[in-house]
Amino acid sequence: MTGAPTSGAPVLCARGIRKQFFGVEVLHEVSLDVHAGTVHGLVGENGAGKSTLMKIIAGVHRRDGGELTIDDRLVDFSHPVEAGRAGVATVFQEFNLLPDRTVAQNVFLGREPRRRGLVDVKAMRADTQALLDDLGVEGITPEAKVGWLTVAEQQIVEIIKALSVDARVISMDEPTAALSEAEVAVLYRVIGALKSKGVAIIYVSHRLQEIFDLCDTITVLKDGALVTSRPAEELDHAGLVRAMVGRPISAFFPEPEEGTEIGEVVLEVRGGGSEQLDDIDVDLHAGEILGVAGLQGSGRTELLEAIFGVVPFTRGTLRLHGSTLTLRSARQGVRNGLALVTEDRKGTGLALSQSVLDNALLAIRAVFPSRARQMRAEVPGILESLEVVSRGSAQEVRALSGGNQQKVVLAKWLATSPQVVLLDEPTRGIDVGAKIAVYRLIRSLARRGVAIVLVSSELPEVLGMSDRVLVMSDGRVAGQLPPSSTEEEILALAVGTENQVIGDDAGTVGRQ
Amino acid sequence: MRLRLRRLDTTALVYLALLAVLIIAAILVATTGRSLFSPGNIRDILTGMSVLGFVAIGQTLVILGASLDLSVPYVMSLASLVAAQTMNGSDAMVVPAVLLTLVVTAGIGLANGLIVTVLGVHGFVATLGVGLILKGYLDTNYQGTEGSVPWSFQLFGATGIGPVPISTIVMLALAALVAFILVRTAFGHHLFAVGGSSEVARLSGVRQRLPLIGAHIGSSVCAGLAGLLLASRLGVGSPTVGSQGSYDLLSIAAVVLGGTVLMGGRGSIWGTIGGVAIFAVLDNLMSVMQFNPFLKDVIRGLVIIIAVALYARRRVIARRIRFAANAPGPNIATGSAPAPAPAPAPAAAPAPAAETGGRSQ
Repeated sequence: MTGAPTSGAPVLCARGIRKQFFGVEVLHEVSLDVHAGTVHGLVGENGAGKSTLMKIIAGVHRRDGGELTIDDRLVDFSHPVEAGRAGVATVFQEFNLLPDRTVAQNVFLGREPRRRGLVDVKAMRADTQALLDDLGVEGITPEAKVGWLTVAEQQIVEIIKALSVDARVISMDEPTAALSEAEVAVLYRVIGALKSKGVAIIYVSHRLQEIFDLCDTITVLKDGALVTSRPAEELDHAGLVRAMVGRPISAFFPEPEEGTEIGEVVLEVRGGGSEQLDDIDVDLHAGEILGVAGLQGSGRTELLEAIFGVVPFTRGTLRLHGSTLTLRSARQGVRNGLALVTEDRKGTGLALSQSVLDNALLAIRAVFPSRARQMRAEVPGILESLEVVSRGSAQEVRALSGGNQQKVVLAKWLATSPQVVLLDEPTRGIDVGAKIAVYRLIRSLARRGVAIVLVSSELPEVLGMSDRVLVMSDGRVAGQLPPSSTEEEILALAVGTENQVIGDDAGTVGRQ
Repeated sequence: MRLRLRRLDTTALVYLALLAVLIIAAILVATTGRSLFSPGNIRDILTGMSVLGFVAIGQTLVILGASLDLSVPYVMSLASLVAAQTMNGSDAMVVPAVLLTLVVTAGIGLANGLIVTVLGVHGFVATLGVGLILKGYLDTNYQGTEGSVPWSFQLFGATGIGPVPISTIVMLALAALVAFILVRTAFGHHLFAVGGSSEVARLSGVRQRLPLIGAHIGSSVCAGLAGLLLASRLGVGSPTVGSQGSYDLLSIAAVVLGGTVLMGGRGSIWGTIGGVAIFAVLDNLMSVMQFNPFLKDVIRGLVIIIAVALYARRRVIARRIRFAANAPGPNIATGSAPAPAPAPAPAAAPAPAAETGGRSQ
């Protein structure tokens, strides 16, 4: 991929782009040059600002400052359709396709070719076929329903949709996140075909191997700021990872409480797998805090859901206290002493229009009604010990702050006296004080012999709280690390620089 | 078998079901010594189809757009009254009366569409409200039947070509027209898109409001046509013809039976016509066999539930599967796929043939 044509003026040029959300600046003066016929890689950790930048280029968000030019013309998109007219198309992570409609209908949605006022179905079909042929794609027919296609095929339909507006710039947000390796090879080939047609590509990916296989230029973002932007030849894996991380650990994490002992194995998963997970082996001991790191979409949440029983494992075995179990619902999970604090507090953690007390009693009333009466007396004590600030336990939880809501969720699960607590991003979006309260609670649960799984996107949190760190990548366990590891080591496992497996065919396509 | 069923278009499935119902009905009717296919009986079945057919065609449009129309029975009643009063027994007034009826009903549809799209009120509530307003108007201003329909217009409901009533022919022609509109006009394509996902439609540059407003106008006009047909059969306008037939729920049932998804975005007019035909044959069978009328509703209800349960099993789910339990087969990939070891499939999982396994849901 060396010696790529980067001559001439850039097609797309961003200068000093700034963006604020609710008064917080998430992009600080980021600049970017994208040339025709090249692939421009955009990398950075979760929350580094890649998606925001992509969305500004795509017209989903509007920038608060800076300039965006296409072919030296200043543009300001207020809608993705305007961006499309200017020749910028985006393939988002979330597909923009209608599963019940055919490939041709999706590709030309909103721009159906007409003849004498009627939609020219034949032309639509023929044009779609021509676009498919252009990229050398076989096996997709314009008449196929999109919902029946594989994820890779849907991705290609998205790309075709982008091409049908004559896009000069196509940006792809983690296009391989959900692809198998064979499918990635097809995408590589399509990107090669696009390059030779002179299309400029912005390529966001967490997989560093792909970045090096495909990209001519690499831009690194960190905490919303540009770190570096240079030709791919000048960077290597280690250097790239170093550029992506390297921030000070500033948060405060309480030490383990005295008398905390790591006991026997409580939970054991062997060869666990489902549609989203494969080959999961996990041991969890009493009193242990197991940190789970990994990029978004790497299967962290799915792992917790599988253990809890909401979206159970379809293969493998799960043992709790030595006896094999098949959990098929959350109810069974709770019955067996499991608790899951979900990532989406408002959506799946709380009944927002009910009172603090009702929410705290929700799980116990539903699953152990015989214990509810006794618990009703104890819940105020639990809420108090968590320092929930509210106008009394009859207040609607909707009105509480994020941190206090999270404490109510925790109280709900404490009431069921669980032996295994699964926490999915328990400190997301809550203030520092509440964070520390959550950390303290985790420590005190560990002392009482409760086994804890802590999923977090914040690496300092995972490193600061865990006894052991499990790194997920692509639905598999990429490795386990001690808490003395560095952020670089975790990230290297999570993005797969260590044991990246890329099919030979894919590699050669990339290097041609 | 499972696989083949899945491959089959839902509309084709509806007509297979219709065929099965016809065969069963023919056998049952034959046991009473009569024939289901006698000209008289065929005329009865087709007559039973036409009124519900008109309403269901319109209902299909709104449901495709992920809305609903509960105001149809009152629109029908109002249409019958407007037509009968304007005609008032005079042949010369037939054409103006029909035009006026269509304009009035289109106006109601426009109101429904604007309430749904501009005010953002869900179709269920919006049309329920408009329906109640119409009901109140009808109940306060009409004590009973009014107006009179001249003989020339009564022919619309009374004559036929052989055993096929004119009204059924008109209804089927309308179905063909609407089916054509859905396939060959931008309106049709955009209606499917808005119903399937309003957000996807918006991001693709579709103006989301227009298709839905159009669908609501279409639904009201179709209900108006049904009202005209009823007026022609009765010879008068009646404030209760629509609600007596409970055409709101029956039309939704027919649409759903025809394979159109209540959430919008998927379905077809011909499926709906199949659904209407199944209801008509069942009704005819039960009246020929002199079933208890309550049993009639029990059977209708069972048929709808069974049908929708069947469709739900075949639903397309666009969920990304990372590790399919069955070997994934990317049709387009050329490289050797390092497929995850085929795990011991759990007993509950279906095991379709490998080449289609990866995406069967």
